[in-house]
Amino acid sequence: MSFTVQDYKKGQPRWCPGCGDHFFLASLHKAMAEIGVEPWNNAVISGIGCSSRLPHYMATYGMNTIHGRAAAIATGCKVANPDLTVWQVSGDGDGLAIGGNHFIHANRRNINLNMILLNNRIYGLTKGQYSPTSPRGFVSKSSPYGTVEDPFRPAELCFGARGHFFARAVATDAAGTVDILKAAYNHKGAAVCEILQNCVIFNNGTHDAVYSKEGRAKNAIYVEHGKPLIFGENREFGLMQEGFGLKIVKIGENGVTEKDILIHDAHCEDNTLQLKLALMGNGDGFPVALGVIRDVDAPTYDDSVTAQIEEVKATKKYHNFAELLETNDIWEVK
Amino acid sequence: MAEKLEVKELAEVAVRFSGDSGDGMQLAGNIFSTVSATVGNSISTFPDYPADIRAPQGSLTGVSGFQVHIGAEMVYTPGDKCDVLVAMNAAALKTQYKYAKPGASIIIDTDSFQAADLKKAAFATEDYLGEMGIDPDRVIACPITTMVKDCLADSGMDVKAMLKCRNMFALGLVCWLFDRDLNIAFNFLKEKFAKKPGVAEANIKVIQAGYDYGHNTHSSVANVYRIETKNKVPGRYMDITGNKATAYGFIAAAEKAGLKLYLGSYPITPATDVLHELSKHKSLGVTTVQCEDEIAGCASAVGASFAGALGVTSTSGPGICLKSEAMNLAVIMELPLVVLDVQRGGPATGLPTKSEQTDLLQALFGRNGESPMPVIAATSPTDCFDAAYTAAKMALEHMTPVILMTDAYVANGSAAFKLPNLAEYPAINPPYVPEELKGSWTPYLRNPETGVRYWAVPGREGFQHILGGLEKDNKTGAISTDPENHDLMTHLRQEKIDKIQVPDLEVLGDKNDADLLIVGFGGTYGHLHAAMDELRAQGKKVALAHFKFINPLPKNTAAVLSKYKKVVVAEQNMGQLAAWLRMKVDNFTPEQFNQVKGQPFVVSELVEAFNEIINK
Repeated sequence: MSFTVQDYKKGQPRWCPGCGDHFFLASLHKAMAEIGVEPWNNAVISGIGCSSRLPHYMATYGMNTIHGRAAAIATGCKVANPDLTVWQVSGDGDGLAIGGNHFIHANRRNINLNMILLNNRIYGLTKGQYSPTSPRGFVSKSSPYGTVEDPFRPAELCFGARGHFFARAVATDAAGTVDILKAAYNHKGAAVCEILQNCVIFNNGTHDAVYSKEGRAKNAIYVEHGKPLIFGENREFGLMQEGFGLKIVKIGENGVTEKDILIHDAHCEDNTLQLKLALMGNGDGFPVALGVIRDVDAPTYDDSVTAQIEEVKATKKYHNFAELLETNDIWEVK
Repeated sequence: MAEKLEVKELAEVAVRFSGDSGDGMQLAGNIFSTVSATVGNSISTFPDYPADIRAPQGSLTGVSGFQVHIGAEMVYTPGDKCDVLVAMNAAALKTQYKYAKPGASIIIDTDSFQAADLKKAAFATEDYLGEMGIDPDRVIACPITTMVKDCLADSGMDVKAMLKCRNMFALGLVCWLFDRDLNIAFNFLKEKFAKKPGVAEANIKVIQAGYDYGHNTHSSVANVYRIETKNKVPGRYMDITGNKATAYGFIAAAEKAGLKLYLGSYPITPATDVLHELSKHKSLGVTTVQCEDEIAGCASAVGASFAGALGVTSTSGPGICLKSEAMNLAVIMELPLVVLDVQRGGPATGLPTKSEQTDLLQALFGRNGESPMPVIAATSPTDCFDAAYTAAKMALEHMTPVILMTDAYVANGSAAFKLPNLAEYPAINPPYVPEELKGSWTPYLRNPETGVRYWAVPGREGFQHILGGLEKDNKTGAISTDPENHDLMTHLRQEKIDKIQVPDLEVLGDKNDADLLIVGFGGTYGHLHAAMDELRAQGKKVALAHFKFINPLPKNTAAVLSKYKKVVVAEQNMGQLAAWLRMKVDNFTPEQFNQVKGQPFVVSELVEAFNEIINK
């Protein structure tokens, strides 16, 4: 059976015109159609926030739950019914502030979830407070003089929690978004996709450097496993290792050739260089890394639970309630 | 000397085994209760653990007790005070003597009453019996440690291993005192240590030595007791704690419903044993997830229910506060969920190992918005099985979260459990959406009779839908802030719970002409029943109405409560059930008996208080 984008679409989204959520939703529909899992075998589970409205526009099974708990609810859903493809959708406030604990533990346990983090660095639904991804000094309604705290960098949290998959895309980049969503689906285990998206009302322009195609050509690098880390409008720059860090080099200058450029290894167990890529940003002169940054195989929690149940079933002699009773010290009163 | 020995025939007797946490008092108590139950005595047991993980050896805070109550006829409680106290060291005697009846026999290991032991137990002199005012004639003072070492001298065991058998010597003595058949104990040990025959053999040898010691030196004992058995109910039995019975109830319900059992939980005393128990039974397909916090325990269980499993979460104390948010999600999404609250002393961390009934109003009301949830309270360790089964059945058939309340006393206490036959239990039929509704079905379409919405489990083609924490339109299932719709949905959610059928409230005792009706709920059933029996034995006209179903209340509640001149609501809180009943029954103004000590009620105190009310 094959499906089209229409098979996954439902209703009329009510986000603000120009909101990044619109772009992402279209990409998710497209990715799902390309993946081809039947709509009724997908569950899309969100928390609360603007972006968490997303399941309402999916013709799949879905839940728009409570603030912060999407990853925990998705965990129960996947473990109880591993046949379902589960997409967990959260914003930066939902996923990393109130839901931070569930975010890290879903990664640590490696539940086979596609975890979408729609990062606009702001609380939109509550009308404009700084979020845990807002930069230090960020001025908002709840920080009129600027925040005095540092933000989370989602990749760092994911890696710190021993996450095995991290990818990033810009909401307006449909092809890039569809690519990482498909990669997340194909990855067995918790797969974090950070979507950089704009909030036109409360944080307009937050991802401006990479929001347009031209911007990405200048300010982003598409990473691909097994390919050299080359970027620039004319693919004239590359990344090389230097000491404990990375450096930008110009190909053809100082004897640097394409062969000298670092080859991206998303499958490397050691996440050191992947983290370096993930943390690159515009402020430091480095390009923003887009694409699949880390994608390492590891046993998933839900598979392991199922395997353990099968293993114990094979070794234990009781398989129903009546047999369970017989495992106790029993006496008879005549 | 034998002629001096008085054989007392008793209707019931309570034995309290006490010692260091590591002394194996619970095992000794368990074997004694099993041996007694095997001959058909009724049993009720209760462990009293220290809150410390492992207090220093011989210290006052490290004493753990295990009380076994056996009776010729039904016993309802572990007994207020004991007839025999086993104190394996000085600290145990010091802290546990208060649980002994006047005239109780006391068994002590004199080897653990040396100067250093006495100092640790804060005795001022070496005359510890005198200090405590204990008549030496009532004491079986035996050098248990020495005798165990002698007994096992040829076993090749090291001293540490030998000393682990001290509890068996005490058990042997107690078995002699109650004329118990040692073969039953031997069989128990052979089965328990089937893989370690050497350990079984050593334990058996020591029990026999203890028994023989009693037999040979009984001059020091005034009484030997016999408990005959009356009103035996034939059948096969096992010993079960409330927590284990609860776990078994969930397993049985999931099997009956043909669903996977999912437990999302977080370790917390005294509920953790349910997590332990369910985690063992993977061969039955039980899935347990030890979550990152209480919130995730409940939230993941909601997720599991959405996915088509029987979602359960278990907790105690402050854990129930953390779960209320996700419980409310299950209320508005109308998904099945069982929330087990093993009540303990509060507020906050409170008294983690002690028992109270102080969460009732929280269970009924402790959530934002209008959030009706059925509440069921188990009345005894064995009733936990039926209560858990019923809670799961109610949740699944009425598409609602259900709170199952037990407490530390019921959860840790044990009793003989007649093996249930699952075939005799009522079927569990979740309201799966009928296939013919494909195309026209919306999530909040209800069965007109029960008010229950249909369940469409993900994976079914043509029933894709979205649920959520936002209010939904009754017809379309889309998000709605329409005032009329919200009012309607609020009423529908309430009516659905109100329509749940629960059994009528049963009145025990002098149901037609009682001068006093005792009312309670949950885990105090045994104590209130025993108090009623005692009052009736004194010639008073007393009845008992005990609530297991608290929301919705039984239909005959108002009729029962308004039938009697005097009613006392007795509960281990400040009057939460009384408040609920006053809210639900017009002109109901009961007397109240409220005690919040973290300990089970004491029957004699209840009798005194109820007598006062009768005589007022």
